[in-house]
Amino acid sequence: MSPAVMQTVTLIPGDGIGPEISSAVMKIFEAAKAPIRWEERNVTAIKGPGGRWMIPPDAKESMDRSKIGLKGPLKTPIAAGHPSMNLLLRKTFDLYANVRPCVSIEGYKTPYTDVNLVTIRENTEGEYSGIEHVIVDGVVQSIKLITEDASRRIAEYAFEYARNNQRTSVTAVHKANIMRMSDGLFLRKCREVAENYKDIKFTEMYLDTVCLNMVQDPTQFDVLVMPNLYGDILSDLCAGLIGGLGVTPSGNIGANGVAIFESVHGTAPDIAGLDMANPTALLLSAVMMLRHMGLHDYGNKIQTACFDTIRDKKVLTKDLGGNSKCSEFTAEICRRIQDMA
Amino acid sequence: MIIQGPHETCFHLSPPARADATFRVTMVPGDGVGPELMTAVKEVFKAGDVPVEFEEFHLSEVQNMASEEKLDQVLTSMKTNKVAMKGKIHTPMEFKGELASYEMRLRRKLDLFANVVHVNSLPGYSTRHNNLDLVIIREQTEGEYSSLEHESVTGVIECLKIITREKSRRIAKFAFDYATKKGRNKVTAVHKANIMKLADGLFLQSCAEIAQLYPKIQYENIIIDNCCMQLVQNPYQFDVLVMPNLYGNIIDNLAAGLVGGAGVVPGESYSAEYAVFETGARHPFAQAVGRNIANPTAMLLSASNMLRHLNLEYHSNMVSDAVKRVIKQGKVRTRDLGGYSTTSDFVRAVVENLRHRPAN
Repeated sequence: MSPAVMQTVTLIPGDGIGPEISSAVMKIFEAAKAPIRWEERNVTAIKGPGGRWMIPPDAKESMDRSKIGLKGPLKTPIAAGHPSMNLLLRKTFDLYANVRPCVSIEGYKTPYTDVNLVTIRENTEGEYSGIEHVIVDGVVQSIKLITEDASRRIAEYAFEYARNNQRTSVTAVHKANIMRMSDGLFLRKCREVAENYKDIKFTEMYLDTVCLNMVQDPTQFDVLVMPNLYGDILSDLCAGLIGGLGVTPSGNIGANGVAIFESVHGTAPDIAGLDMANPTALLLSAVMMLRHMGLHDYGNKIQTACFDTIRDKKVLTKDLGGNSKCSEFTAEICRRIQDMA
Repeated sequence: MIIQGPHETCFHLSPPARADATFRVTMVPGDGVGPELMTAVKEVFKAGDVPVEFEEFHLSEVQNMASEEKLDQVLTSMKTNKVAMKGKIHTPMEFKGELASYEMRLRRKLDLFANVVHVNSLPGYSTRHNNLDLVIIREQTEGEYSSLEHESVTGVIECLKIITREKSRRIAKFAFDYATKKGRNKVTAVHKANIMKLADGLFLQSCAEIAQLYPKIQYENIIIDNCCMQLVQNPYQFDVLVMPNLYGNIIDNLAAGLVGGAGVVPGESYSAEYAVFETGARHPFAQAVGRNIANPTAMLLSASNMLRHLNLEYHSNMVSDAVKRVIKQGKVRTRDLGGYSTTSDFVRAVVENLRHRPAN
């Protein structure tokens, strides 16, 4: 492998087990000699001028410059007065697409084998607009917003992703039989965009039919695109099929070329600092990041080492069924990478 | 026999026995394979001498057999008979300016607020998760299905989700009453209150309030996305689940998939006075129409539940035992369960098992 140009990536370790799994990933990247220079930043919310909550300016500056970020789990305090950090990041960088590839991990057995699909979720509007009112005492109204622009943008991203990753079909998931205008608009936009991508097969399916079929035969699905709430539910459902949030990667694509890859599990405060955490989710997200940056060789090397370690079953963290430490698991992956060189 | 009490909903309100001891039940076959499934039910009932007479109405939006008068006729019949069997009335996709489909209007006019789906593994048919026994209770008159949408600005559509304390309490109470009556241990409320703080927050709060009136039933809550994930990893941790409309739709179908699909899961909808028996996962399955391949298990099991509701315990057991025996024997299986039998083959097998019922 020819020496590649060092690229900067903004690293947000996060809370709880965040710092330990982030350092595990950094160690593994070092073993693979990946051309990545990490810039660590913290994203605790601060109140900016005008009283609006925002992320620290040095974090924003770093991300705007590097365009690529890797993020560990962030805790959402319940009564801190500010919106969740994930929401803040999403708004700051207009992270409109959440992409979760769900691939069965050989060696980590679940009742579902051969899962190989990608969920692409519109992440800025829909049911999560946060617009709610109490109309009268005891009656609450929550507004779901669907716009032409956001629907078109996510549909275009889904088809581009399918094309760039050699996927054969895109399925729009909706409930336009019930929410005729809103999901109807989403569906119309998907259909319009599909016209420009004749090489990709386009199908539509009701959300309930998708759920019914997904748990019976997940192999029939390829790329799924959908509005916010359905995406949230389906992406977690698919994560469950392959083994849970501890092994599922995730990426958020924003406008202006920003992309933030993250692990989607929680901060696990009960095991923080005890060297018990499983870095797989963050590692696979980092692999997704490498692929996004065009560094496929490094990505494949690291992924193979990770999957081989899991398949071998000799060194596994507790959640994967073993009793090794996080550091031991990390060391095993590093060893395999070095053996591969 | 009508037993009334402060917390009885419609469990014990059965239609008064007629002089000739036949019960009249409204039947709306609906679209897709509905009519075929209803034929299956009628055949089995006839063979088993079940004292039920069906009053049929063909209401359909896609087949242009829908009109206001038809809807009124169906409603009048249902209000008289109090019990009905129904197939899915398909909602055509084109936006016709009328936002509420016939299916939803029927639901609202009869105030069928509670949908109960029984997710039971069928003995003899293995899936990835066996021995499942869940009950999914879904509020089906409000929530995301309020049919209130408008285009506020060109290119921006707003869809309103309405949650009220009254309906949330009502469904929570229904769930706890159901759990108590059926001897279940736990009720889990499913929500997304971390994001929809006011709407789902109100639902959750109502459930928590009602939970306090039932100290013997364990109460938990879980976020919808986590719930879906848990259902595919470890569904045994759940017992009775209660939730608002959209999540109910999702979980109903997900859970149906876990035990074998839309063809095997029965369901019913209740209001304070009426009960409507149908399948659990409601799909018209249009691609199967006329091909004689649909699985009538779900509808037959639902019909058996209807007979129990009418206090026809003997006939109810006769029908459900026959269906379960056929499934267990495994010789006659429809396509969705991996076999090659037709709908009629299956019905024939059930009818044969009816006659050879063990003397009891």
